[in-house]
Amino acid sequence: MSSCLTLKIGVLCSRVRVEEKMIFAALRERGVDHERIDARQVAFELGDNGLGEYDAVLVRCLSHSRAYYLTRWLESFQVPTVSPHQVVATCGDKLLTSAALQEAGVPIPRVVVAFTPEAALEAIEEMGYPVVLKPMRGSWGRLLARVNGRDAAEAILEHKSTLGGYVHSVFYIQEYVDKPGRDIRTLVAGDEVVYAIYRSSAHWITNTARGGDASPCPITPGIADLSLKAARAVGGGIVAVDLLETADGRLLVNEVNHTPEFHGAAQATDADIAGKIVDYVLQVCK
Amino acid sequence: MSSCPECAAELNLAPDVEEGEIVICPDCGVELEVMSVNPITVELAPEVEEDWGE
Repeated sequence: MSSCLTLKIGVLCSRVRVEEKMIFAALRERGVDHERIDARQVAFELGDNGLGEYDAVLVRCLSHSRAYYLTRWLESFQVPTVSPHQVVATCGDKLLTSAALQEAGVPIPRVVVAFTPEAALEAIEEMGYPVVLKPMRGSWGRLLARVNGRDAAEAILEHKSTLGGYVHSVFYIQEYVDKPGRDIRTLVAGDEVVYAIYRSSAHWITNTARGGDASPCPITPGIADLSLKAARAVGGGIVAVDLLETADGRLLVNEVNHTPEFHGAAQATDADIAGKIVDYVLQVCK
Repeated sequence: MSSCPECAAELNLAPDVEEGEIVICPDCGVELEVMSVNPITVELAPEVEEDWGE
């Protein structure tokens, strides 16, 4: 890696949220030359290395599709991306995430996938109520449904297959985990767990994007070990890992996110989150 | 001084506002995106898309 004073970092984003402002501040503090790249203004031709001037690009796109295709393009001319295309592809799809975790031996809630409402209903009945129906792609706790009985299952399956695009007719059915009013969010950067927080809510959806409250959570050896295993399973880099605590004391990995938001954690913990992210980006520079 | 394209309210933005940042119009509550900082210009922020998230 070159001296950070000679490096040039691209930050690929459209909206500048609190997180991006913190990242820009951390880059400035380290004296690193950097530019914001607005994905909306990018048009690329295969074979063209129009962003080749950067030593690394940190992907902070809100849009999964833009992150997915732009990271693939950047990699074609060897610009390191954080996170890489394969991580974006895996984390942006709930089945690919679950498959990667399951194959790596990471404990996850039971998952069944079906392609028709009839097959999905049969699978739900076999799994037993309640279950959680999730969109294969989606974030911030949107379009999640806790299905408590057959009437609701029939209605939601019909709505999903009738109202949405085809992707909503690929039914991701997850065992409902009766968690203690909270889940655990950790952030992994390389081989380090940067922070852990509880996300608490009276609602069964505890995402901070849906009003969950962030509070500090001790990084126990079990939480650290599982977070690192989950991060490695999806390809590593900078990812957020969501953990569920079961009633019998086990930890399960629920989801892994490739473009983590951390405004809640920044308030709830003392961790220098943006600084750790920037330090990791500098490590992977070409 | 910039104004809200929705309700024409005058906007008094923080001095450290960044290009690409989303601000809320204090009068009508609409989300605005800062398009440039020198001079300050804003546009209505795009609606959240289905594939947006973490």
